[in-house]
Amino acid sequence: MTTTLILEQFLNGLQSGIMLFLMAAGLTLIFGVMGLINLAHGSLYMVGAFCAATAAAATGSFALGLVAALAGAAAAGALIELVVIRRLYDRDHLDQVLATFALILIFSEGTRWVFGSFPLYLDVPEALSGPVTLPGGIQYPLYRLTLILAGLAVAVGLFWLIARTRIGVQIRAGENDREMIAALGVDIDRLYTFIFALGAALAGLAGALVGAIQSVQVGMGEPVLILAFVTIVIGGIGSIKGALVGALLVGLTDTLGSVFLPELFKLFMAPAAATQTGASLSSMAIYILMAVVLIWRPTGLFGARA
Amino acid sequence: MSLKTLTTGGLLCAALALPAAAEVKVGMITTLSGGGASLGIDTRDGFMLAIEQSGRTDLEVVIEDDQRKPDVAVQLADKMIQSEKVDLLTGIVWSNLAMAVVPSATAQGKFYLSTNAAPAQLAGRGCNARYFSVSYQNDNLHEGAGAYATQAGFKNTFILAPNYPAGQDSLTGFKRFYEGDLAGEVYTKLGQTDYAAEIAQIRASGADSVFFFLPGGMGISFLKQYADSGVDLPLVGPAFSFDQGILQAVGDAALGVKNSSTWSKDLDNAANATFVEAFEAKYDRLPSIYAAQGYDTANLMLSALDKAEISDEAGFGAALKAAEFDSVRGEFSFAANNHPIQNVYVREVIKEGDIFTNKIVATAMEDRANAYVDDCKM
Amino acid sequence: MTRETLFNLAVLAGLVALPLYAHLADEPFTITLATRAVILSLAAVGLNMALGIGGLVSLGHAVFFGIGGYAMGILAFHAQNYMPLMETPFLIEGTKSMPLIWLAAVVASALAALVIGLLSLRTSGVYFIMITLAFGQMFYYFAISWSAYGGEDGMSIYVRNGFPGLNTLVPIQFYGLCLAALVLALGFNGALARSRFGLALNAARQVPERVRAVGLDPFRLRLVAFTISGAITGLAGALFADLNRFVSPTMFSWQLSGEFIVFIIIGGTARLFGPVVGACLFVVLEHYIGGWSDYWHIWFGLLLLGIVLFGRGGVIGLIAGKARAHG
Repeated sequence: MTTTLILEQFLNGLQSGIMLFLMAAGLTLIFGVMGLINLAHGSLYMVGAFCAATAAAATGSFALGLVAALAGAAAAGALIELVVIRRLYDRDHLDQVLATFALILIFSEGTRWVFGSFPLYLDVPEALSGPVTLPGGIQYPLYRLTLILAGLAVAVGLFWLIARTRIGVQIRAGENDREMIAALGVDIDRLYTFIFALGAALAGLAGALVGAIQSVQVGMGEPVLILAFVTIVIGGIGSIKGALVGALLVGLTDTLGSVFLPELFKLFMAPAAATQTGASLSSMAIYILMAVVLIWRPTGLFGARA
Repeated sequence: MSLKTLTTGGLLCAALALPAAAEVKVGMITTLSGGGASLGIDTRDGFMLAIEQSGRTDLEVVIEDDQRKPDVAVQLADKMIQSEKVDLLTGIVWSNLAMAVVPSATAQGKFYLSTNAAPAQLAGRGCNARYFSVSYQNDNLHEGAGAYATQAGFKNTFILAPNYPAGQDSLTGFKRFYEGDLAGEVYTKLGQTDYAAEIAQIRASGADSVFFFLPGGMGISFLKQYADSGVDLPLVGPAFSFDQGILQAVGDAALGVKNSSTWSKDLDNAANATFVEAFEAKYDRLPSIYAAQGYDTANLMLSALDKAEISDEAGFGAALKAAEFDSVRGEFSFAANNHPIQNVYVREVIKEGDIFTNKIVATAMEDRANAYVDDCKM
Repeated sequence: MTRETLFNLAVLAGLVALPLYAHLADEPFTITLATRAVILSLAAVGLNMALGIGGLVSLGHAVFFGIGGYAMGILAFHAQNYMPLMETPFLIEGTKSMPLIWLAAVVASALAALVIGLLSLRTSGVYFIMITLAFGQMFYYFAISWSAYGGEDGMSIYVRNGFPGLNTLVPIQFYGLCLAALVLALGFNGALARSRFGLALNAARQVPERVRAVGLDPFRLRLVAFTISGAITGLAGALFADLNRFVSPTMFSWQLSGEFIVFIIIGGTARLFGPVVGACLFVVLEHYIGGWSDYWHIWFGLLLLGIVLFGRGGVIGLIAGKARAHG
């Protein structure tokens, strides 16, 4: 196996990690500030992808598709926050899990009702399609490179929002002491709706960006949802930094595991059996990673509270 | 759901001693909700189109949604056999659901006609006189792809499939008729959506072609990412990733790709022309292979019903096995283990106006039966 | 006698009377449906011990359900193919006898629960929910690729396993067995909740510090509860496999773990009969709404949402009023 291939696989792991971060950031923010487990976060990812596909098909512009994804997912997020989610903040996790599980059912079948059972079309924009040659001779798709940069830009923006702005101060205060910031005259209801819509918009953005190179179909959000949960649990729930580290860990483990585990087994097994055993183990790899992290640090890498 | 008949009344007041209005009752279990619904919907629509064209009124079809869950499928089969008292079952799309339902249905004396799934176990030692696969044997399309790869002169193919029984069977089937070398053999995670790592391996492997079996959404993701990667090796796959229902979602990325299939909408025979036209007229979309197989299954059943009473088990079985109906796939007969003998074609993805579809470019295998005929002791 | 006790007795009477009626009316499918409800109830009763009394929200209980199922599948598979399970160091044969299979299912799932419990109970709250989910996914992916026992295709067992003195192929007799298992588990659960162990476990959920102060170890209490809970759910898995005469990796899926939680909440959290009422209602709804509309999940989701948001205490809470003992 050549160095170029190893480097390319590293980039692939990085790219899937960065996209996972967009999902995980919203999830962890919502948990950190409002104490809410939102299983329906994957549905917002799906909403983003469907909005993007519909808008891009109607206008022919991928950029407008992205705008539609952001707007559509934020609107859907704000709507469910106002109607359902806000009644769940002071409930226990059990009720939250159940109510948001119900939302998944409603969103999935609702989307199928509106858009039908067939997958939608969404493609990489012309300007970003095809591969570029990186230093070292690596042929890498330009679109994936763009995803890495876009994801990093969003991450920087998010850190800036939280560390430097007035909203960020309120968010951090909200994580620590809810009554106090309410007493200080912050409209806590509006803050919560805003944060939820922000998280939803990030998920929708991820759905649209990834939807261009994957299949836009009902149920696309659930595998990502589970990965995002694994991510924030590894990183420590509530921590944006933890979400970033966790996302990169999960992305790299998943990608590199699927490439290198079969190779590893080939050292001492017949090739066909090694491929299969390696593939089986690699599909369990991230869950093993998560279990190990939690056994070692029961509140994740950067988690403060249980 | 006008077609759906319900046991009226509910749990308590089901006094079903009434004589049934229809003489023949068919139970269809298929996937109508969730991610795989498009396949089940096509199966149902193709099947019902043939029933409607027959004009028969003494026939009732009970349709239920299995949600793609094996335990739900088993429960529905129990319901259809025990309380609906159907004479014949059909409609299951997925192999794992078929394995859950078919052995117990045939053991309870019911006929089962498969519109799609036909796993190896049911073709070999587990074959049964009451079980017919009208679609194919699962390996057939992969064998066809392997035969085509050999004919096309590929010498060093990279092959990949998901890590589950159908995926393992797929690669075995391909290798059965492929005579070149393997540049690599990779199993992916079932339901995987990102294939960047595999595509990088393909690029580095020095392969001259790629065979992949990634049904449904997995195939859409792979094709889009492959097209965008700049890897320019010829692709071959079974029809599952090139189906009418998903080609539109793949778009240009699929253009020119060769895929193996037992049916295509441009297959030149009268039955097929009638079917494609009637399907488009009724449902306002192009039929898929699942619709074609559903349509053939219904016509086979109708042809047997014309010849024998379904209660006459030996007679009805023989009438099915004779396969005297006009298949949309042209020449069609059954091998000793009740699986089809038919041609496997190579199709190419083309664009007709705004619609992506397939056209036949070659015949990969003529009158192919299957690898399990000798294992079947019926 | 409280209203809840009366209600519970009515449910039990219904579970006896309805299938008997169906048997007399020659409606075997109703019995099959009732059997499914009873087995799912049993699985949720198992979870309720961890969740209702111990407060352990496990989103991975399908692991034990699946292990029970595979215990049945593997033993019966070897028996029906006359292949010994292992030959060295000593011979183990497959079996088609239910009591032996149940024993294997209970032991295997209890062991798994013990190990998973040892590892996961170090965490709490959301982390516990998520680590149990992770274990569920591990088992799920393992089962899918375990080709020796069918992988994703699962395994069909052609004839239902036997129980001495009964013909388990007769629906009503198999139903009787399942109902007996459920009643025993309920009795056990009820006795346990009132025992010193149950009270201590309940206290460990509410004020762990105080439990520690009287010299008990909350971790060990929870571990014992989690293990028993896993064993009961494992038994349900073995029965479920026998009902369908089929096992597959979907028995490990996280959606199923979610459904077990749904049963408990619909019925009423920490109520003895909560999981029973919830599972029965779920089976009836799945069956009948499923018949009305292709999009029935929407209606089911709305119903679920309504119960969570407005019907606190579940169905039993609505009918029998506030719970007395548990808070």
